[in-house]
Amino acid sequence: MTLTAAPPTRTTPPPADPPVRGRRQLFSVRRVFAYVLLTVLSVAVLVPFAWMVSSSLKLDAEVFSVPIRWIPAEFHWDNFTRIWERIPLLTYLRNSVFLSLTITALQVLTGSFAAYGFAKVRFPGRDALFLAYIATIAVPWQAYMVPQYIIMQKAGLVNTHLSLILLQAFSAFGVFLMRQYYLTIPDELSEAARLDGLSEYGIWARIVLPLSKPALASLALLTFVNTWNDYMGPFIYLTDNKLWTIQLGLRSFVGLYDAEYAMIMTGSVLSVLPILVIFLLGQKYFVQGIATSGMK
Amino acid sequence: MASTPTTLPAPGVSGGGRYRATRRRRSSTWVGWSFILPNFLGFATLTLVPVIASLALSFLDWDSYSTPRWVGLANFERMIHNDTFWTALRNTAYYAVGHVPLTLAAALGFAVLLNQKLRGVQFFRTALFFPYITSLVAVAVVWNMLLSPDLGPVNQFLRGLGIDHPPGWTTSTTWAMPAVIVASVWRDLGYYMILYLAGLQTIPAELYEAAQVDGASGWQRFWHITVPSLRPTTFFVLIMLTISSFKVFDLIQVMTEGGPGRSTLVLSQVIFREGITQGRFGYSSAVSMVLFVIVLTITVVQFRWQRRSER
Repeated sequence: MTLTAAPPTRTTPPPADPPVRGRRQLFSVRRVFAYVLLTVLSVAVLVPFAWMVSSSLKLDAEVFSVPIRWIPAEFHWDNFTRIWERIPLLTYLRNSVFLSLTITALQVLTGSFAAYGFAKVRFPGRDALFLAYIATIAVPWQAYMVPQYIIMQKAGLVNTHLSLILLQAFSAFGVFLMRQYYLTIPDELSEAARLDGLSEYGIWARIVLPLSKPALASLALLTFVNTWNDYMGPFIYLTDNKLWTIQLGLRSFVGLYDAEYAMIMTGSVLSVLPILVIFLLGQKYFVQGIATSGMK
Repeated sequence: MASTPTTLPAPGVSGGGRYRATRRRRSSTWVGWSFILPNFLGFATLTLVPVIASLALSFLDWDSYSTPRWVGLANFERMIHNDTFWTALRNTAYYAVGHVPLTLAAALGFAVLLNQKLRGVQFFRTALFFPYITSLVAVAVVWNMLLSPDLGPVNQFLRGLGIDHPPGWTTSTTWAMPAVIVASVWRDLGYYMILYLAGLQTIPAELYEAAQVDGASGWQRFWHITVPSLRPTTFFVLIMLTISSFKVFDLIQVMTEGGPGRSTLVLSQVIFREGITQGRFGYSSAVSMVLFVIVLTITVVQFRWQRRSER
């Protein structure tokens, strides 16, 4: 990396007091400017949410009023009670919760277990095997979703929750993320435990797993949110209304009642709410997980 | 743990000889596989095998009813004479050309803004990241309404600015793709912003201090320190963004279903329609191969470009 901004002129002493004060002033102008810019841009980014929430409390006729009313004339909280009668929202939510929790648990469990094998146990063929995992991360899912579908069809699993669980529980990404983290745990720790007579499984369960809580939390949160928000998987595999997730339910509601604008927005708010709560609770781990997956 | 004396002999090295070493190796192979196996079984049957099968399928004539028949390159021949395929390919490229640079610029801009020592930066970061974790269905539904041609807030705003005939967005063949791109940039920028923030944190503050002492302006510091130091991050972001652009499906499926007409039809939708809706496994796998080769080529080209610029 070449640094063009560091010429030998640095031998001249740094400028004395007055310029420094000038710089400080400039700095605070810049701060104000940064705040204004950030506020304007963040508001712009959040406008769709604001509109969604405000519309969810209106009457259908009010949603597209001219000019836009940001605060409803009258708050129709009953939208939030009526929607449960209009669509089987409870079933959809239950299905989403079930799928998200099961898939997350399996991914974290099998992913961290496999990652230990890849990061801490040396055996022939290990690196080639890991390469197969990495290589498939680069292959777009769309490129092999048809063979996957054929396998599921032959196994008679289309239109079951099990198909989605099997498809998403063994992700190469999860193994990769956990392995990246395990590599930062010094080998001396497991070496010492080995000398103390702990088996490899014991080391995984009692040393590595407790140490990797942040990575486990990251993987769990990312997986949960992805599964909750997944549209294409359920869209392809689930035809039976009783098995649908909240995303499919919301989509079909839009298709069936496309003039019930307020109710559609109510449904959208309800589909986003659980994720908002989870996100605010585990924000730190989200950011860590994404930052880790971004490092090579 | 930490109290274990380092004076103990390393296991397997001393006192055992070759016999113990091989036994140890054999048992560690077994142990290694036992860790990987639960995940590997699922991964192999549902990812590895399908990836390989996809290639084989593209040379077969097979629908859900008939028996598979080897047809060589016939599927690919049919594909290049099919203008739905070409439309989808063009649309996918169009989406990528819009989505990649806009998302990259927005993510980098926000990351630089948020990297400053400001109070309340956490709040802004949360706000900007939030679109990324909301479901695509909700995103699509809300944006479709925001962009509704007659009374939608966006067009109301544009009319307020004096634009008498604002675009019809998702109802217009010209504007549907830009509408999809706007919604997708809005959704994705938070993710890449986090990657850039992580990259920015690795740049030593001394570089900026030195440049400031030399009287480099803010822009100069940005171009001569920030941008070059972020090169590895940009490289990664570029690959991820391009790959994700070529895979786009959910957002378009919910926002426009590929329409109006075929104006937002993309490759993933062709694969889905041909393969899963129509049951033409061979043909859809041929289209899959094209998608795969495009993604692979982009990755390889970007890797080369990265290596050259590092030299």
